[in-house]
Amino acid sequence: MKYFGSGHGACPGCGLPIAVKTVLNALDGKVFAVNSTGCLEIISSQYGKNAWGVPYIHSVFENAAAVAAGVEAALRAMKRKDEGHVVVFAGDGATADIGIGTLSGAFDRNHDILYICLDNEAYQNTGHQQSGLTPPGESTTTTPAGKLMPGKVGRKKDMISIAVAHGIPYVASSSVGYVSDIRRKVKKAVKFEGAKYIQIHSPCVTGWGIDGSMAIKVARLAVETGLYPLVEFEYGKLTSVRKIKDRKPVEEYLKLQRRFRHLFTHEKGREMIELLQKFADENAERYGLDLKKE
Amino acid sequence: MKKVVRGFYSVAYSVKLCKPNVICAYPITPQTEIVENLAAMYANGELGDAEYITAESEFGAASILVGASAAGARVFTATCSQGLILMSEVLFNAAGMRLPIVLVNTNRALSAPLSIWNDHQDSMAMRDAGIMQVYVENNQEAHDMIPQAYKVAENKKVLLPFMVCMDGYKLTHAYEPVDLLEQEMVDSFLPPYEPAAYLTTEKPLAFGCYAPPHIYMEFRVAMQQAMERAKEVMLEVFKEWAEVSGRDWGGHITLDFPESKIFVVAMGSVVGLLRKVVEELKSEGLSVGLIKIRTFRPFPVEELREALKDAEKVIVLDRSVSFGYEGPVSIDLKSAIYGYSSAEIYSFAVGLGGRDMPKDFLAKIIRDVAEGKEKPGFAFKGHQEFEEVIP
Repeated sequence: MKYFGSGHGACPGCGLPIAVKTVLNALDGKVFAVNSTGCLEIISSQYGKNAWGVPYIHSVFENAAAVAAGVEAALRAMKRKDEGHVVVFAGDGATADIGIGTLSGAFDRNHDILYICLDNEAYQNTGHQQSGLTPPGESTTTTPAGKLMPGKVGRKKDMISIAVAHGIPYVASSSVGYVSDIRRKVKKAVKFEGAKYIQIHSPCVTGWGIDGSMAIKVARLAVETGLYPLVEFEYGKLTSVRKIKDRKPVEEYLKLQRRFRHLFTHEKGREMIELLQKFADENAERYGLDLKKE
Repeated sequence: MKKVVRGFYSVAYSVKLCKPNVICAYPITPQTEIVENLAAMYANGELGDAEYITAESEFGAASILVGASAAGARVFTATCSQGLILMSEVLFNAAGMRLPIVLVNTNRALSAPLSIWNDHQDSMAMRDAGIMQVYVENNQEAHDMIPQAYKVAENKKVLLPFMVCMDGYKLTHAYEPVDLLEQEMVDSFLPPYEPAAYLTTEKPLAFGCYAPPHIYMEFRVAMQQAMERAKEVMLEVFKEWAEVSGRDWGGHITLDFPESKIFVVAMGSVVGLLRKVVEELKSEGLSVGLIKIRTFRPFPVEELREALKDAEKVIVLDRSVSFGYEGPVSIDLKSAIYGYSSAEIYSFAVGLGGRDMPKDFLAKIIRDVAEGKEKPGFAFKGHQEFEEVIP
């Protein structure tokens, strides 16, 4: 049995199974998977059609971090820690919005867990509603582009900094566009005792409005434009950054996706594109993303 | 060994003897001292290999116990009031996942207005969760109930959460002589927890799958069947407890003066005082008996039908209200005895938010019903007359 079977119901091109398989394989299936309610849960855990080849638990939407803390505490109390790693798989809404309380509690207590946030930048399971990790300018069903509004107004919540601020040993961002990066970071993360957070950018073909065959290309463009910097922190210190050669303008990323299409025609679209470019530039500055030309 | 201890210590000490693997809680008055006592035991190395976790909220505490219980651990928490209803989403979930979590609820009123004092509104809000609920009368019963709660919850015919309800302050903070259990006795009564299924990499299983309409209902039917089996398992466990401890707390209900025409029905700490009141009224020649409901879920339907079959009047003292109707104990009692008893039902909500229920107050309620001064139906008792301002 594969650690994550082929019987799951994800869309072709969905980033979630790519990320999950990469994480589980990196840990040789020695994993206790804790899943929040969301698309991954729905596509993989229907009664009688369970796709997980590792022990799996789903409780409710906003408590995956706490459930994982409980699994970890139980393994510790019963001297079963060597059985495997406790790994959370939670969506961006479950992580940054409704579940941030239990996430903060688990990080504060520094449970020995690996928390994977699968960031597809909206509540995609329920049909593309905005979350705290939806970027500005994105048209979602709860922040639709209209005559007045250019999609979401506000920022994408900086969960990486929030995780780092908890003083946990390891925090990183990664992307489904770079599976070897996910693999490396997961293997590295579990070497640390305590709470680890990896946020993986994961394309949603229906929510983002892309063809499945474009998923990896779009995911890579998010990184290549500087909108999704791939970084690593150890004990609060930035230790590695994926450098970008010839950083691309954000339009190249935006124009491929239906969720941003209105920005090229909307009255306030240019303003939003410039804002997104500004965020990408700030990321480049803050993390030193640009590979200096010789 | 009999010692004068406070209610929360009687619980904490009993929990320790049950050797839980994971204890997790969040402080809330008047529960806090239970977990403070457990935290002190943990700090002093008295809890063996147990993990003691201070959660970030009651919601977190319940969630942590879901994970720990699913991983095969014996677990404990305590809470009340706002904390219990904050847990509610997780508790419904834990019951559906059939996790034998044991918790103590130190009954306290719900906000608004904020009140730290005792009534039963909090646990009544969990009535439909699929959690067993037993209400104790005093601190010895609370102390004795913990090992029994684990034994019932962990029985493979049951596998549901078990909530021991004890009145906040009235019991938690009261000093009472309690015959503290011995470790050997608890060890022989309560074997280590052997989960029917648990999270392990040796045999991967999935917990908390989602169920489309073609299969969801069967899970819920199974919960009801487990509750029905729990009634039998509880009686076996209660009986065994009476034998090994020498203290017989009775079955799902206890019945004083079964040949009476009038019965008072109540749960929790007020029963002690009511017993005294009923004895005195009895000696005055009043035909009055007392029913203490111990098990509220599963509800003692058959026991109440039998006990009340010849009753003329039944007085139900509820410590909470289902607003828009009446007290939940009364609602359930009526539906249980419908067609089995022609008794008039007098449903009174009393002692909300810690309102005092002195002896004379309770005696007057019973006398007034006996003398025909009350009408059957629902009323509040013990509140002041006031004019409601409608803005």
